[in-house]
Amino acid sequence: MKFALKVWRQHDANAAGSFVDYEIDGITADMSFLEMIDALNEKLLLKGEDPITFEHDCREGICGSCGFLINGLAHGGQKATTVCQLAMRFFKDGDTIVLEPWRAAAFPIVRDLMVDRSAFDRIIQSGGYISVPTGGAPEASAILVGKDKADVAFDAAACIGCGACVAACPNTSAMLFTAAKMTHLNSLPQGQPQRDARTLGMITTMEQEGFGNCTNHGECEMVCPKEIPLEFIGKMNRDLIRAAMNGQTEANVRVDANGKMVD
Amino acid sequence: MQNSQSQGVSVRRISVASNPIIAFWQTVVGKKIVMAVTGLVLIGFVIGHVAGNLKIFIGPEAINAYSRFLREVGQPELEYEQVLWIVRSVLLACVALHVTAAVQLSKLSLGARPVDYKEKKNLATNMSAMTMRIGGLFLFGYIVFHVLHLTLGKVGYDPGEFHHLSVYQNVVNAFHHQPIAIFYIIAMGALFLHLDHGIWSMLQTLGFSNRKNQATLKGIGRLIAFLIFAGFISVPVAVMTGVIH
Repeated sequence: MKFALKVWRQHDANAAGSFVDYEIDGITADMSFLEMIDALNEKLLLKGEDPITFEHDCREGICGSCGFLINGLAHGGQKATTVCQLAMRFFKDGDTIVLEPWRAAAFPIVRDLMVDRSAFDRIIQSGGYISVPTGGAPEASAILVGKDKADVAFDAAACIGCGACVAACPNTSAMLFTAAKMTHLNSLPQGQPQRDARTLGMITTMEQEGFGNCTNHGECEMVCPKEIPLEFIGKMNRDLIRAAMNGQTEANVRVDANGKMVD
Repeated sequence: MQNSQSQGVSVRRISVASNPIIAFWQTVVGKKIVMAVTGLVLIGFVIGHVAGNLKIFIGPEAINAYSRFLREVGQPELEYEQVLWIVRSVLLACVALHVTAAVQLSKLSLGARPVDYKEKKNLATNMSAMTMRIGGLFLFGYIVFHVLHLTLGKVGYDPGEFHHLSVYQNVVNAFHHQPIAIFYIIAMGALFLHLDHGIWSMLQTLGFSNRKNQATLKGIGRLIAFLIFAGFISVPVAVMTGVIH
């Protein structure tokens, strides 16, 4: 198979970027999208040009490293599929394919198709953990978890933090990501002690990182490779009402060197 | 805000506000919930408003009596227009909160993607959801005009056409001015779009929508928005076609 590619090339966060045209031949239908770029990069290296930078790790759709827009759709628009799991058979021979990085103020471009998603790490830092006593593994039946709660928590925990929800959102909101992380821990008994502080902290940090506000377009749900549903955002909202009812005012948020809250 | 500024910034546990209500309002989600709740109150008002409007088809006495009822309800225990002003105050507060939250949240969203996509496709959203901000702004302007027009009679009438509490005749006279009737119909189209997304969006924000009922709730929201639209435009259409005269 043969393809024409239009790829966003940008040297670093502050450089001006632009689309560059490439042609690639000899691609087979069972190659993954990333293998197709690998093949192109080999060609570029042999010609002495800079290879296209993109993030990747497991290539099994479970690590959340890869991701960019393919023809305007995050991860290429196949249901429950990351870029690394996207096979070239979904494209027609001779297609022109446009590749663009996630675009968000909170995700500065590192280079080409790779963005810095540390903003997600700081949201996790503010509440994506539970306090557990250290020591040996506890008895499996010491804390009973209902099947319904376990299922919800597991569905939410499936989020791999790839950032497609932010990329697809017309508001550049990170609510699906934050709601998934929060629903995971807030649904389980182990997550209850910090529940209200977690809710207030993660929501506040999300805004501090410069993400936009959700207006329920539903684009995130459509491109999520782990099929995280919008209903988790509703759960997050109810958890914030709960936190306010319980009088929560303390939370882990971003502060400057003087200990003052960052806007 | 951005990573380039993250030097010297750390995540630490502090008190984010002096009381939980302020802490709630400071968050984007808190403001979004306020928009949903005030939106719910305003949807309730609009449904009551359209039901009242339809009394015009029963006849002049029915709608004029309804207008007097709104002012006299609660008498003699309460003052004349007391209930009306309580309701108006609540609605005004709801509009103020709804607009304040919308402006503050929109600012965040509009600044969150400084470099836009060159090519971007949407899979789920529609015109209703995409026009919430601009349509909301238009509706705000419309509401100001509407109060100056049919409530106060300050604009849109020829001298001597408007008489306080003569609702039936005021409405007929108002929509004899064809550009005004057309403007009202367009404004109700904007209200349809706003409610088409707004009703379901309110349910989603308050946590009532889930994987199973999402399509049904969206359908119900659209149906309610359409019935409100049809009810409201029936009056100017009836005046223009001479059904009401």
